[in-house]
Amino acid sequence: MKYVDEFRAAQPCQSLLAEIRRQCTQRWTIMEVCGGQTHGLLRHGIDQELAGCVELIHGPGCPVCVTPLEAIDRAIDLARRPEVELVSFGDMLRVPGSRGSLLQARAEGARVGLVYSPLQAVQRAVEHPQRQVVFFAVGFETTAPATALAVQQAARLGLDNFSLLVAHVRVQPAMELLASDPHNRVQGFLAAGHVCTVAGHQSYESLVQRFRLPVVVTGFEPVDLLSGILECVRQLEQGKARVTNCYQRSVAAAGNPRAQELVEAVYEVCDAPWRGLGVIPSGGLRLRNACRDFDAVARFDRAHLPVIETPSCRAGEVLMGRIKPTACECFGRSCTPETPLGAPMVSDEGACAAYFRYAGPAAR
Amino acid sequence: MSDERFTLSCPASDPVLNDRVVLAHGEGGRLLRRLIRDELLPRLGNERLNLLGDAAVVPLGDSPVAMTTDSFVVSPLFFPGGDIGSLAVYGTINDLAVAGARPRWISLAIILEEGLPVATLQRVLDSVAHAAQRTHVQIVTGDTKVVPRGAADGLFLTTTGVGEIVAPCPPGPLALAPGDALLVSGPLGRHGMAVLTCREGIEFEQPILSDSGSLIEVVAALRESGVAVRAMRDATRGGLAAVLHEWAEASGRTMLIEEPQLPITPEVRGACELLGLDAVHVACEGVLVAAVPGEAASVAVTALREVDTARGAAVIGCVQQRGLAPVVVRRAVGQLIPLDEPLGAPLPRIC
Repeated sequence: MKYVDEFRAAQPCQSLLAEIRRQCTQRWTIMEVCGGQTHGLLRHGIDQELAGCVELIHGPGCPVCVTPLEAIDRAIDLARRPEVELVSFGDMLRVPGSRGSLLQARAEGARVGLVYSPLQAVQRAVEHPQRQVVFFAVGFETTAPATALAVQQAARLGLDNFSLLVAHVRVQPAMELLASDPHNRVQGFLAAGHVCTVAGHQSYESLVQRFRLPVVVTGFEPVDLLSGILECVRQLEQGKARVTNCYQRSVAAAGNPRAQELVEAVYEVCDAPWRGLGVIPSGGLRLRNACRDFDAVARFDRAHLPVIETPSCRAGEVLMGRIKPTACECFGRSCTPETPLGAPMVSDEGACAAYFRYAGPAAR
Repeated sequence: MSDERFTLSCPASDPVLNDRVVLAHGEGGRLLRRLIRDELLPRLGNERLNLLGDAAVVPLGDSPVAMTTDSFVVSPLFFPGGDIGSLAVYGTINDLAVAGARPRWISLAIILEEGLPVATLQRVLDSVAHAAQRTHVQIVTGDTKVVPRGAADGLFLTTTGVGEIVAPCPPGPLALAPGDALLVSGPLGRHGMAVLTCREGIEFEQPILSDSGSLIEVVAALRESGVAVRAMRDATRGGLAAVLHEWAEASGRTMLIEEPQLPITPEVRGACELLGLDAVHVACEGVLVAAVPGEAASVAVTALREVDTARGAAVIGCVQQRGLAPVVVRRAVGQLIPLDEPLGAPLPRIC
């Protein structure tokens, strides 16, 4: 298959692995920011192949994982209202809040639906005018344009039964927070290709200037990941730090201006709570005043809900790259994909799920 | 940023007791296995049920018979390449065929939702009749119930199938030995992706057709090739991965698959890439998985490819001594990576 096979082929992978090993005069610590990259690395065993020369640390780039507990609780609370249908992406439905997940709420009678696109949620509102359709809008810069489009479409259609529960987050403030952490071990970043496709990579220049860490934009296939690691290692070996785009087939320096305009029109930057990391300055998006009609929290006047957390789960440290998932006492024991204690065990982008799935029983 | 301003809050929730059935219980993975182990077997178990085969072989006079049962709740009722009626017949006879039986008789129970157009019922019944005729099985008894609107979704079918055991019968996964070859009779994941893409309105230039069909001829070709088949299964819910996990558990061996050798059509690959699914986890309804002695693999594949519906047959891996995981996959980079069981992918009601 075009654009897939050539980026998974054995021969280029082996040459890239050999070149990375040849370049390394010491063991470098590199963070792959996005959970999709973590899954790619583990799925193909790249972490094992490079164990001697590169330590790969997973970053916080799993949107489902960082969605705060109170947002999930609020979603469940809304879904239990008789007039509401709460819809979101599949992963989000499985993440536990403090009193179960949306899927469990559905089994108990709440109206919860799965969609592949926010526009499907708008369509659901058109088809069911008697229902209040609430879309649980989660994700990074990658999904925000689509949810912004959904708001614009709902406005155009004059829908008064569609609203958003917004928990959008922005990746760069989280990277800056990690880099400024006194415990930081990360020497270089593999920036998330999908986020950069929308947001571009020019904004990383300031991060590179400030922290002197290489930022290399990479994709998700083995050849993409290995090319990115090689570029990062080259810079580190030469004592350089710059922004490099190793995912040029998808990412332009300025990103996707049309998508950015959409986000800009509907959302504004705000400080936002991240599950596991606390409030990150400028770390999220909220609806602009002009779009407040579509804010589910305002529409349904939800007060603050108390949240209950389990002290044993160490997802915060996992999301920061401070520990590997396997170092958590719960990993593979009380915490598995069927009975997740924390969000990283749930999502297809979660670091704990990646280690559980690809590292095998030996790691558990 | 200083550590005082930036503290790690602990993000986990209280574990919630699973006191309700969720849709993921029905998807053929670990959750279903646990439900069967914890709820069904303690109450209903016996020496035959405990084997958890596709069909049970029961003694009846001198000649043993194979017996199986299945329910069909697929949504939509009609999908590219098939419908609930033919699916019910093929699904039932395939369970008998892979148990080494010649399918003979089927019972059919129908649950109808109030308001279902009679024309829809007629289409489904015509399809049942056509599939039964093609595969030389008789519908010999049945039952019909109607439930109020909302208590079912259109139409559900339940079948029981009975077949005669035909020698030689494969010994089953306990006989799997290191060096055995693993084969599939055709491309993976077509049924699941056909139903999913049809249901979700995802369109491709080439629509994905379900592989729903009979395995009787496929199994017969393998039997007549003279190859000493160790084990056979049809890969339904949970796909190839579910079958291999069951075999690994039963045999205590490791099943190794070579990703580049897996037969997957470009359309299914494309749809899987788009939806983030792995074709080895997606259901088939007309694909046989077989284990044969390694030296007999090419004879077996050649025999399979003689059958129209098994032209895509391929060797996909082998049985090894138990290594790091029950099922492992080798991709381009070369490392052996554990292949997890299917788990709660959002694919409810595909059969």
